Amino acid sequence: MLKFIFRRILETVPVLLCVAAMTFFMCRLAPGGPFDDDKQVTPEVREQLNKQFNLDKPLYAQFYQYLVNLPNLQSFKYPSRTVGDIISQKFPVSAKLGFLAMCIALSIGIMFGVIASLRPNSYIDYIPSSLAMIGICLPTFVMGPILIYIFSLKLKWLPATGWGGFDGDIFFASDMILPSLTLGLFYAAYISRLTRGGMLDILTQDYIRTAKAKGASAPRILLKHALRGGLLPVISFMGPAVAGLIAGSFVIETIFNIPGLGQDFVKSAFNRDYTLVLGVVMFYATLIVTLNLIVDILQVSLNPKLKFQS
Amino acid sequence: MIYRMIARASICLMSLILVGCGSGEKSETSNEALKILKITVGAEPEDIDPHVVTGVPEHHIIAALTEGLVAEDPVDLHPVPGVAEKWEVSEDGKVYTFQIRENAKWSNGDPVTSTDFAESYKRILTPALASKYAYMLFVMEGAEDYSTGKLKDFSKVGVKVINKQTLQIKLNAPTPYFLSLLNHYTWFPVHISTVKKYDGLTKRGSGWTKPENFVGNGAFNLKSWTLGRKLVVEKSPTYWDAKSTKLDEIHFFAIELETTQENAFRAGQLHNIYNLHIDKVATYKKEHADELRIKPHLASYFYRFNVNKKPCDDVRIRQALTMAIDRESIVKNVTKGEQMASTFFTPPGVGGYTARARFKEDVGEAQKLLAQAGYPNGEGFPSLELLYNTTEGHRIIAEAIQQMWKKNLNINVTLQNQEWKVYLDRQRQMDYQISRAGWTGDYPDPNTFLDMWTSWSQQNQTGWSDTKYDALIRKAAITKDPDARLEVFQEAEEILMDQLPIIPIYIYTRVYALHPAVKNWHANVLDHHPWKHIDLDLNLLKK
Repeated sequence: MLKFIFRRILETVPVLLCVAAMTFFMCRLAPGGPFDDDKQVTPEVREQLNKQFNLDKPLYAQFYQYLVNLPNLQSFKYPSRTVGDIISQKFPVSAKLGFLAMCIALSIGIMFGVIASLRPNSYIDYIPSSLAMIGICLPTFVMGPILIYIFSLKLKWLPATGWGGFDGDIFFASDMILPSLTLGLFYAAYISRLTRGGMLDILTQDYIRTAKAKGASAPRILLKHALRGGLLPVISFMGPAVAGLIAGSFVIETIFNIPGLGQDFVKSAFNRDYTLVLGVVMFYATLIVTLNLIVDILQVSLNPKLKFQS
Repeated sequence: MIYRMIARASICLMSLILVGCGSGEKSETSNEALKILKITVGAEPEDIDPHVVTGVPEHHIIAALTEGLVAEDPVDLHPVPGVAEKWEVSEDGKVYTFQIRENAKWSNGDPVTSTDFAESYKRILTPALASKYAYMLFVMEGAEDYSTGKLKDFSKVGVKVINKQTLQIKLNAPTPYFLSLLNHYTWFPVHISTVKKYDGLTKRGSGWTKPENFVGNGAFNLKSWTLGRKLVVEKSPTYWDAKSTKLDEIHFFAIELETTQENAFRAGQLHNIYNLHIDKVATYKKEHADELRIKPHLASYFYRFNVNKKPCDDVRIRQALTMAIDRESIVKNVTKGEQMASTFFTPPGVGGYTARARFKEDVGEAQKLLAQAGYPNGEGFPSLELLYNTTEGHRIIAEAIQQMWKKNLNINVTLQNQEWKVYLDRQRQMDYQISRAGWTGDYPDPNTFLDMWTSWSQQNQTGWSDTKYDALIRKAAITKDPDARLEVFQEAEEILMDQLPIIPIYIYTRVYALHPAVKNWHANVLDHHPWKHIDLDLNLLKK
């Protein structure tokens, strides 16, 4: 297994390098630059700015510099912050939101999926399955405002925006409920569909019948025997999903005004913030690669039919 | 049985999650007696170094943290004593001598001296800092040459430290708006020794603007700045006029999305909506008239022609296109924010100036001009593309104009939207035929709207130049008599409105909402609100 992990880690190096190169050069090919503004600057000022941010050096030299020193480079848009500053301040917020959303998604999603799979094509199946379908069809930018309208503006139970207290920095605050719910419900819908499919597949297997024949109780069959195999599709889905969840969601963060990393993915590209774009993309790429590795290991340990091999 | 078990488990789980999330409201009620203004000024500030930034959100924040030689009256913004308690103007209007008050202090206790100002001006003009806004100081003698590197000796620049309390500024020409100009943050002082401590004077984004390092001289001190969340300033005890400061703290939230601003405002988390979405205006007029504010703004919405490209190189075509737009209909049916349809460029009433030059909207005349240019009834008219940056608001205006041109002149225009930076780049490279634009004045004087059309201005970007126009703008800069000077601008705008390198469309309004508890907030064209005067009625807030 160690050999497998080591090998996978080695494989990621060229992948990450490719991602870095593509991001860097695509950014540079895009028209417009970080210093274009609606008030145009004189050529002299532009030249000085290029010099200050090393844009006057050849591209390969800049790329090398970005690769070796990325976290310590200044953001173009927010010059008083480095790429490392921005990611380390914003990632924890996104990660917490992602974690809460994931808890909601997994608990609701698996529950609905399992219930639906118990009596396929009965009302016990139709109700959770159609709820899940609605969840998939309702994008977060519709769900978010609906929840805000109901729970914040009409019922006045929960704050409309903010994170960790609109003012303070509270570890768990009521303003975390709506964004986590919005994001979580969206993923819950997928997970419930996947769980239902996986469970239906497993529940017809011979070993389940054997377990029943041996007189195992229904909860034991479900939780011990079936769930283990039935969740495999969910687990392969969770790898990239978790990376996406904890790296931040642009939509949720914008609607609820949450200071997370998701906004920077989109805005840094719009701002031609060359250093920050590369920073967030590399961070995300590393996250995905790592989580995929973890998922692979988990799958082997859950499914005895699989072996570690490349 | 298993369903019951699962149901029970899920109820337990949900209640755990709900219990785990405590209330975030506690911190808001604990400091009830404090006057804390919670507002948003739109986007996240890029920085708070007055010599580096260029944006509007930054202006609002820097105005709380730093004060220039003069300050603004909260009602009409006329210059009132700031760091300088009084000043004298020489007879020829070119030399200003400022007397700096002795009790003016930096937030670390240091006195504010005339040297601070001179050194600050030197910093912003230093070519290596590459300040985008250094040109705001170019009215000062020698400033432009120093900033472009032609002049190496700063002592030749028109700022002189007479003694610790006296500062003299020599201008190129009598500049009637000079005192207003001093309220632009480019003229604000920075605490030089603090700036020096972190990576020197010419490094942008050095650590000096971090809350733990920042030293300012304004009515408020920087307390904290959390990226993407908010920037907090608190009342400064060292400020010379601290007794007039009414608020204890101001929290500037970074909220860009209009609907998010509105949600926070309606939920009582914010005291303003910086930009109210246009679709909401009607509702607010009906239901929240006490909160809604619609005020004229010192900004002009227009289209640029590329006069180097066919067919807009022909002035008759430019005139025809300009005349064939029904602006009243656009502001009434499309933009709906009480904007002023404009057949002129400079917003009226700026610095006592209201443009005399007006073109007329006349479809018949436009058709005639088009025929004269060789395209009777639009026949054979070459392809024309209208470029705008991708925004819903710009799209609907462009579509309305596209239809008007089709209906009135029978010509087809294709619309092309581009992402902001691509649009800016194409405009700069002159790779367009017609392009959307907007311009916000930097100071209340027609010069800020008219000098951009000179042949040497970076903001021109139309390819249009006119020697007579250039000469008039130069003449205005050295004309001493205020009335004569405005007359020169009138002549210049007449040329502009005759040659039409641009299509004026409307004068902007600011459409926003403000909580009735916010007091001493006066609307003005620059949207400046000197923070020390702003007050908060806590009784109204509780309602």
